Amino acid sequence: MEILNYAFMQRALLAAVLVGITAPAIGIYLVQRRQALMGDGIGHVAMTGVGLGFLLTWSPVWMATLVSVLGAVLMELIRWYGKTRGDIALAMLFYGGMAGGVMFINLAPGGSNANLTSYLFGSLSTVSESDVTAICLLAAFVVLVTVGLRRQLFAVSQDEEFARVTGLPVRALNLLTAVTAAVTVTVAMRVVGLLLVSALMVVPVAAAQQLTRSFAATFAISVALGVSVTIGGTVTSYYQDVPPGATIVLLTIGAFILLSLLAAPLARRRARALAAAQPAADPAECKIPATRGAADEVGV
Amino acid sequence: MSDESVISLRGVRAELGSRPVLRGIDLTVRRGQVVALLGANGSGKSTAVRTIIGQVPVTGGEIELFGTPRRRFRDWARVGYVPQRTTAAGGVPATVTEVVSSGRLSRARFGVLRKADHEAVRRALDLVGMADRAKDSVNALSGGQHQRVLIARALAAEPELLIMDEPMAGVDLASQEVLAQTLRAQVAAGATVLLVLHELGPLEPLIDRAVVLRDGCVLHDGPPPEAVGQHALPGHDHVHPHAPAGAEPIRTGLLS
Ligand SMILES: Nc1ncnc2c1ncn2[C@@H]1O[C@H](COP(=O)(O)OP(=O)(O)OP(=O)(O)O)[C@@H](O)[C@H]1O
Ligand SMILES: [Mg+2]
Repeated sequence: MEILNYAFMQRALLAAVLVGITAPAIGIYLVQRRQALMGDGIGHVAMTGVGLGFLLTWSPVWMATLVSVLGAVLMELIRWYGKTRGDIALAMLFYGGMAGGVMFINLAPGGSNANLTSYLFGSLSTVSESDVTAICLLAAFVVLVTVGLRRQLFAVSQDEEFARVTGLPVRALNLLTAVTAAVTVTVAMRVVGLLLVSALMVVPVAAAQQLTRSFAATFAISVALGVSVTIGGTVTSYYQDVPPGATIVLLTIGAFILLSLLAAPLARRRARALAAAQPAADPAECKIPATRGAADEVGV
Repeated sequence: MSDESVISLRGVRAELGSRPVLRGIDLTVRRGQVVALLGANGSGKSTAVRTIIGQVPVTGGEIELFGTPRRRFRDWARVGYVPQRTTAAGGVPATVTEVVSSGRLSRARFGVLRKADHEAVRRALDLVGMADRAKDSVNALSGGQHQRVLIARALAAEPELLIMDEPMAGVDLASQEVLAQTLRAQVAAGATVLLVLHELGPLEPLIDRAVVLRDGCVLHDGPPPEAVGQHALPGHDHVHPHAPAGAEPIRTGLLS
């Protein structure tokens, strides 16, 4: 494969695979706790980090990690202590984060919104050696948390109140989920961009759900799907000269539609197989006694 | 031994949305007792239960679990909890086994479930009669089946204390009988139970004491309401198993 001869493509593909694994791996817990848009919120906050990185001439990836982790912790705190209008506080955080990014990057010497664009929509070809190192370290952390603590995170995301009674450190696990989501956002930032990050966290999980009944299977299929679309999107963008982030997201949505269409016939086949396995168990239709017996005769 | 209080609330107050919901509740459940918490909708039953498990912060009073102040209580494997719920389904499909397994986490080290843990999960599913649905998604269950899964989840840790908030809501009579049997076996094995109920139903013979709440205050603490009228009749002289507060409750039949 000639595509692998270029160092920049090797880096791009490695980054793409890591994003394909990590985004659905943490996304599944966000979807489970019905915070599917949390990734989007963190993405907006991360913009301030990128802007600050340019202003202070620090690595934008590490700066974005720092700021989005702080933003995620703040969101979690708002969820605890927030009174009635938690949504308004969150909205302020989203838009404040975006405005902060634009402001800082324009204050930076020689900076303009053009620098921001590669972070907003992803820019695989400019992924540097040091970016790859950062992405690998962060991805390792995300995998460690989402796989190593899967039972704890499952319990807390399924039913927080019950999890407390099993003695799990609920607040710490919630914070860890938020921080891991923030880290994933910065891992994915260079590949799909901050504005499209959330799609990779949510859509593969939604697509996998069309086929599955268990959490474990949903996890496995959504990660497999994530890796397929990120590799597919990266390769396509190389040959067709289309933006990788958008390609990946469109492929993911395509997979979702395909699996939704497949789901109904698959479920029907599964039901038929089940019925064949235990024939007399439940007939498909209710049986009404066909013949009228003597007991049905009504005397006049 | 049976004098040991497993749950003890003294003057517990709690607020929700800065409105007082509990206004000084006293409640003691001793080892081996089955106590029903009764009261109208909104009387504070769920709130009382949720202060015990630490889900609702208290604004006054003291709570002890197994003789330890609740703040310092860490031994959660001894407690099984069934929340009042219409559904336990999250945003991602999960099987009955997966949900019930999370009830076993309190006994598992670092969240690793061993063979014995998986067996305990299977036993819990058997107890509520849901073993045949173990691999089904909880999203595909009826309300009553769902409730039985939540009960199995609480039983999975093999707790000494069961706290159940309306465990029979939406469960058909036949399944209620099954669950009553299950509970009877748990009590016979030494379990202590605090349940929120609206009707005593098939559980009636199990219940030692009823505590009735009204507007966040304890209105009645003693024999279950049904018994009150009959046993309050003059000339009623047999030794009632539900002795007045402070005295040792006399157990009949259930415990050896
Ligand atoms: N989150 C909340 N914020 C404010 N008030 C609340 C909240 N939850 C419950 N309340 C109020 O607290 C009171 C007690 O509620 P609680 O859930 O303890 O009642 P309950 O006795 O369990 O009723 P039910 O039989 O309907 O389950 C009610 O008046 C209710 O309006
Ligand atoms: Mg209630």
